[in-house]
Amino acid sequence: MNGQHNTSGNGQPKEPARRRFLAETLTAAAGALVLAASLGLYQRSAGALPAYACRPPGALPEKQFLGACLRCGQCVRGCPYDVLHLAAPGEEIPTGTPYFVARENPCRMCEDIPCLKACPSGALNRSLATVYESSMGLAVLLDHENCLNHLGLRCDVCYRACPLIDQAITLEVQVNRRSGVHTLFIPTVHSDHCTGCGMCEYACVLDNAAIKVLPLSQARGKLGKHYRLGWEEKEKAGGSLIPEQLKLPVRRPEELP
Amino acid sequence: MTARIPGREAIRKKGMVQAAKWLALRRLSQLAILQLFLLGPFAGVWIVRGSFSASMTLDFLPLTDPLTALQSLLAGHALGATALIGALIVAVFYLLVGGRAYCSWACPVNLVTDAAAWLGRRLDLKKSIGFNNTIRYWLLGFILLLAPLTGAVVWEWVNPVTILQRGLLFGIGLGWAVVAAIFLFDLLVVRRGWCGHLCPVGAFYSLPGFLSLLRVRAARRDQCTDCMDCYSVCPEPQVIRPALNGGDKGSPVILSGNCTNCGRCIDVCPQDVFQFSQRF
Repeated sequence: MNGQHNTSGNGQPKEPARRRFLAETLTAAAGALVLAASLGLYQRSAGALPAYACRPPGALPEKQFLGACLRCGQCVRGCPYDVLHLAAPGEEIPTGTPYFVARENPCRMCEDIPCLKACPSGALNRSLATVYESSMGLAVLLDHENCLNHLGLRCDVCYRACPLIDQAITLEVQVNRRSGVHTLFIPTVHSDHCTGCGMCEYACVLDNAAIKVLPLSQARGKLGKHYRLGWEEKEKAGGSLIPEQLKLPVRRPEELP
Repeated sequence: MTARIPGREAIRKKGMVQAAKWLALRRLSQLAILQLFLLGPFAGVWIVRGSFSASMTLDFLPLTDPLTALQSLLAGHALGATALIGALIVAVFYLLVGGRAYCSWACPVNLVTDAAAWLGRRLDLKKSIGFNNTIRYWLLGFILLLAPLTGAVVWEWVNPVTILQRGLLFGIGLGWAVVAAIFLFDLLVVRRGWCGHLCPVGAFYSLPGFLSLLRVRAARRDQCTDCMDCYSVCPEPQVIRPALNGGDKGSPVILSGNCTNCGRCIDVCPQDVFQFSQRF
């Protein structure tokens, strides 16, 4: 407001009503802008989903999910096992969005996926063909020192609890180097089958689970874009990519054959 | 002179029932809606699933809050058909009954702000600081702008309206602090501050209200004795003046979209000046 048209020649206020209206409008706009800007900043600083929380089956990738979810809670009402919660203010999860905590109450993988069917917005994606194709996260055997199977016992509870036993979790045989005569049966998660339902984490007998479901973004490593796996490239090309391998002379210490 | 208590004269002249009819019906409506949502989880009677943001009634009637749906669309999400149909049904409904009827007949925040307004009148707190009531439209504009900028339904992270609505149905967490803040803001800082000045949800619902069919009409405005009771109880007092004191040429219909069709002016008027009617 630079004072233009404020006064006429004789110094009387010319349009006080209009001036007051402009001032009030600007104040309102500025106030609203401050509120909206702080909201935007708050949203930026709030970050990603915490590691203990999983989204329901069929949930879009987190960034899209936050634009799609209407925070209505119909998935929560749809779940027959009361697995899902809506985040309340004060939790680390964006307010009103659905999540579950595998250690407390894992997804039971209903064949008819009632939570997903209840979703009106498509935040839980209907194109999910079966519940076994969902990826709510990925189980990771985090603690190799306290896992009973790693210690040489036959706990196997995570393996037995897994709804995709022998696919999502297998027991891989290794030599028990401590005893020298026994076998270790190492629970091994396979990402192409694991749905992240959390049954393994829920069932783990330790006070703090050795196996945990993590969000995919935290559970999985990622190769650099420039990496090429030689054996895959070779198959794609139908033969070795290097036409003639150099034969280098073998050099050994003289006493060895 | 002791302060005039709005509604007293109406009770004396018309009786308790006529002087509190619309208020009672409104409270009934607000509580019934909450009860319908809670019957499922608490009694196993599944009539309505979901919340105010989006719901499904008897497995065939979807309802969606059009503002939440609009934010999702602006955030770049191709909203599911169920949600879109629900938003359309709600929009048409409020075009008929007056957009901000949502505020006075459905939204539970109204219980909080009405309580603050009632207490403010009872304690006879002096006029609160002046505050521009167009700020809500600016806020509405900015939150609609934030959705495409962030790709998220950002407003719903902090929206006090849905925090209370959802909180009553799913657990409120620290949301009580937000509700308490609104109550104290309304009581001590700006009278009718939240619903009447700031709330962008109400601002959004006022838009269909500018066209809506059902309106309050000052049909017998020639009987008005200027007792000001209607102005005292009205959550948006500025909407009354053009209809009641607008002169013979002005329409006796309250045309502003910010009239919430709460009907409290009908209740408290000792002269029965107001009535519900259609716009035309």
